[in-house]
Formats: sequence, structure tokens, C-alpha cells
Amino acid sequence: MNRDTWRKLQWPVIALALVLLFNLIFTKGFFHLEFKEGRLYGSLVDILNRGTPVALLALGMTLVIATGGIDLSVGAVMAVIGAMASWLITHGHPSLILVLGVSLGAAIFFGLWNGMLVGCFKVPPIIATLVLMVAGRGLAQLINDGQTVSFEHPSFEFIGRGHLFAIPFPVTILAVAFLLLGLFRQKTAAGLFIEAVGDNEVASRYSGVNPRQVKLLVYAVCGLCAGLAGLIATSNIMTSDPGSAGLNLELDAILACVIGGASLQGGRFSLAGSIVGAMLIQTLTTTILTRGIPDRLTLVVKALVIVGICLLQSHAFRRVFRRFGAAPA
Amino acid sequence: MRNFLSTRNIPFLITVLVCLALYTAGAFLFRGFATVSVFINFFTDNSFLGVASLGMTFVILSGGIDLSVGGSIGLTSVVLALLFEQRHLSALVAIPLVLGGGLVFGLAQGFMIQAFDLPPFLVTLAGMFLTRGLALLLHDSLPITHSLDWLSSLTLSLGQQTIPATALIFLIVLALSIWIAHYTTLGRNVYALGGNENSAFLMGLPVARTKITVYGLSGLCSSLAGVVYCLYTQSGNPNAGSGLELDAIAAVVIGGTLLTGGVGFVFGTLLGVLILGIIQTAISFQGKLSSWWTRILIGLLLLVFILLQRFLQSRPFGPALKPRKLTPIQR
Repeated sequence: MNRDTWRKLQWPVIALALVLLFNLIFTKGFFHLEFKEGRLYGSLVDILNRGTPVALLALGMTLVIATGGIDLSVGAVMAVIGAMASWLITHGHPSLILVLGVSLGAAIFFGLWNGMLVGCFKVPPIIATLVLMVAGRGLAQLINDGQTVSFEHPSFEFIGRGHLFAIPFPVTILAVAFLLLGLFRQKTAAGLFIEAVGDNEVASRYSGVNPRQVKLLVYAVCGLCAGLAGLIATSNIMTSDPGSAGLNLELDAILACVIGGASLQGGRFSLAGSIVGAMLIQTLTTTILTRGIPDRLTLVVKALVIVGICLLQSHAFRRVFRRFGAAPA
Repeated sequence: MRNFLSTRNIPFLITVLVCLALYTAGAFLFRGFATVSVFINFFTDNSFLGVASLGMTFVILSGGIDLSVGGSIGLTSVVLALLFEQRHLSALVAIPLVLGGGLVFGLAQGFMIQAFDLPPFLVTLAGMFLTRGLALLLHDSLPITHSLDWLSSLTLSLGQQTIPATALIFLIVLALSIWIAHYTTLGRNVYALGGNENSAFLMGLPVARTKITVYGLSGLCSSLAGVVYCLYTQSGNPNAGSGLELDAIAAVVIGGTLLTGGVGFVFGTLLGVLILGIIQTAISFQGKLSSWWTRILIGLLLLVFILLQRFLQSRPFGPALKPRKLTPIQR
């Protein structure tokens, strides 16, 4: 790992290590792993498994934030995709390939839609994606006719509940997505273009990068990630709940990216950092639950985490700190 | 006339037209839609949304955003209900107390944004989590048995119709907001700040003070919206106003205020709130369409309005509405 990567990652990793250390000391059996019936069990596996949807959203969101944008619609897209999958299955289209194809295709379409508004019509990203955030949940309810729909479908169930090589299948999906996006960012020109557009859109345009295409691309990837997360969340409970599926998860995803060192101004981001961020959020949530503290406290803890991270990232705050002689990093 | 039709006014004029068109369509389609009581209900049912949206208008005019509005309403309503039910405070003490709390909370957010140069989106997101989390920690939803009768009885009679207290509060806040935005130095500073922060700073305007004040105003308005919520439902609910920040932003944008800041009218926000109210009422009058069509229609309307704003900002209409450059201030 080179120095630059480590510098980007040090804060989220240290924070995650601290939370894990707390659990090592105070929570009994937190690190206990068990191999039963060819599957791995334990709190850590649970955290990985439960953190997957937010981590997937955060992966897509990282690329969007890297271009200086933001995508508020991912939670609503999760709900719509879940509703679509359940509609297809309950309305006599049980072919898994068809279900996956249609719902992920729709997810990419939603992403392209956002990308079109932001890239082609130059609408501020918060507002452009707000449209789908507001309308999307209505759309999901429309598809489901306002109902919470449960269904059965063994091979669809595998997406959220299955195990591959003793590891929960969602974790495998996350790992594959992370590897692909990582390769995409490191080994292709488009990865560099994303960073360039986020850093300075005008300069990148003058150097021959087409910001419009880059934005269409990142929002489409973000939509696809949201679609995957929606499928996992739906398959995990084999129920499509348009009202609460993915509710407020867009905020968690943004939080994960910011914890991971992404700057909302664009240009600075880290895919690995965002995953660590998502896992930090999930570890905090699990810790709070296992300590028997009311889970409502998670919101307050999250708020404090955001404020802390914000202040650490703020140059003005660091200046004030230096004046008093103690300079963090 | 030329001045009246300047590019700055076009989004607002279109809002007026859409509002009138929707109302006329409703009046033609549904019996009993165009009655005074239904009209008053637009104000009563949307009073807390309206009050919160007015605060949001100032934030958006200044070029910022406030996501903590909904959480603030939830926290205020629970705190107020607890002050009534467990501390048995009189409304005259409890209400100023929670309003003060809202103001201080808003000012604190503004201070964080201004002093540490943080994105408003993140700071107010933290504010949203904090207020909602605290509200949920404090208490579950609880009814207010404390007599608020004298407050609720502050109504205005117009012939056979009465305008309830909640609607009156909305109208008073509306009048005050129009006054602040269009007739005071603070209002001019807010527009200048939203138009171009660098220019405002170089012109010697108190950028820092204005920015903090704007978030303070929004905090005050959202806590007042929480009080209105208590009056309206006779209860405190930690989940009150969840997702309301989106409706408020939608109302402001539909009301013709530019998201990039600096352009818009407070009165437009009233029209935005009314448009949302008309859609909701029309759907309930129609009876067959389900309530989730409201979300879809609001989303579509939002889309139309932002595309319209972009269109007006583009070439043929000149640079009057060009968004400001987002370069940081050099100090």
C-alpha cells in the first residue's frame, strides 16, 4: 500500500479500529467466528453482511461525489427496483435472468436520468436527484399498489440470503463490485477523467474530457449500485416494502463517503475509504444494538460523527486548532 | 411593463399561472372545490409546511440549504408536549422557550457553516440526525391534554367562515418574511449573498453575520412550525415532519426561487405551498387516485420547474439569471 493511499485511509481505519477495540474489550464474543454447516457465523460476518447495501450505495455515491455531485435518489431507487422485482415475480415472470435484467436495466436508466439532468441540463445535483427521490417512492408504491408484497422465489432468495464459499452472497457481490470499480478507476482513462472533472470541470473540458459523458457514466454506475442494493435488500426479507425500503439510506451512503475521505467539493475520493466508512457505520449500529442501548441513539451518534469528520476536514478548524498548539494531522 | 416581464420575474409569473390553472381545473372538475372553506383549508392543512418553507426560502435565497427542518419540527413538538405534560408549564413560557431553542440551534448550524467553511448540506444533515435522534430518545408520541384552547380559539371570523389559529400564524409569518426579505437591510444582504458571495464580501456587506442569521431564521421558523404542528394535531410526535424538508425545498423551488440563490420572491413560496396543497386536495377530491400520486406529481412539477429555470438561464434570456461561480473567497 503506498503512502498516499494510506494517508487517505488512515482516519476511517483508525476510527473503525477504535470501535472494534471497544468491542474487543467490552462485548463478549464479538470476534467469535464459527464454522457451521459450511457457513461462517459471527458478529463480524453479520456486520459485513448487513453493511453491504450501504457499502454498495457508497461505492456508486463515491464516484458521483468525485465529480462534485451528489445523488439523493439512491434510497428511492432501491425501493423502486425492489418493487419491480417483486412485481415481475408475482406477476408470472419468474425467470431470474429476466428479473435481474429488467430491474438492473431500470436502475441504470434511473441513473442515466439523473446524469442527464445534471450533465446535459446543468441542474444542481441536489435538486436534480431530489426529483427522483420524491417521485421514486411514489412510483414504488404505485407498482406495489401501496402494499407490502411478500413473495417466494428460491433462486432470487439466494441473492440476499445465500452463501458462496461459506461467505454470505451479498458480501461476494460487494467484493466483486469493489474490485471492478477499483480496476475501472485505476486502470482506465475514465477513472482519471472522473477525478479531473471533479477537480476542475472547466480545465478538464479544455483538456479534451467530455464532462457530460463522465457525469452520465458516474450517475449510471450509481444507479446500478443502488439497483443491486435494492435487490439485496428485497431478497434479504423476500418482501418489497415501498414505504421503508432504503429509507434514509442515501444519507448513510453520503456519510460513508465523507467518512472515507471524499470531499463534497469533488476531486478527492477513495473507494476503499467509502467501504470502510460504510462498515464503520454498520459496526457502530451493531455495537449500539448489542450494548442494549436504544437504537434511536444511532441517529445522535451519526450526527456527532458527521460533525467530527466535518471539523477534521475543515481547514478553518485546523487553523484554529493550530493556534492553540495542538494540530491534528 | 418591460421591467415587470424581466427574466427575474418569469419563473414567478409561471408559478402564478400554474397555481391559477390548477385551482381553476380543480374548481371545474370537482364540486365543492371552489368554496371558501376548502380555500381556508389550503392554509390550515399546510400551515406547518408553509412556516418551515418560509424559513427555507431565506436559506435558499442566500445560496444554502437546510435539511434539518423536518427533524427540528419533530424535536420541537416532543419538547413542547413534554413541557406541557410533565413540567406543566404555561404556553406563554413553553412556546417562547422552544422557539428560542430553535433559534439557537439554527444559529449554531449557521456558525458551523460560516466559521469552519463547511458545506451546508453536511452540517444540516448532521442537524437533521441530531434533532430527530434526540426527539426519538426523549419520548414516544404523546397527546397534549394541556389546555391550548385559548390559543386554538384565537381565530379570525370572516362572515360565516373562521380562519383557525394555525393558518393565522402562517399568514403572520408570511407577512413578516415578505417584510424582512424585501424591505430590510437583512433582506437585501441575503439577496446579495445568494447572488454572489464574493461580490457581497468585496462590497463590504456583513457576509458572515447574514449567513448565520439566515440559518437562525430557518431554525426559528422550523421550531415555530413544530409549535403549529402541536396546535394542529394536539400532540407531540418525534416523527413529526419526517421528509418535510423535501416538501419545503420543493415548495420553494416551485415558488420560483432559484436554487443557486439570489433570485426569487417570498410570496412565490406561498404559491409553491398552495400548489402542493391544491394537488393533495384535488387527489383526495378525485377519490380514485391513490395518495402516492401526490409524490409523483410533486416530483414531476419539480422537474418541470427546474428545467424551466435552466431554460431561462440559457442564452436567449441573457445573463440576468446566470448562476454564480462557486469559487471560494480569498481572504
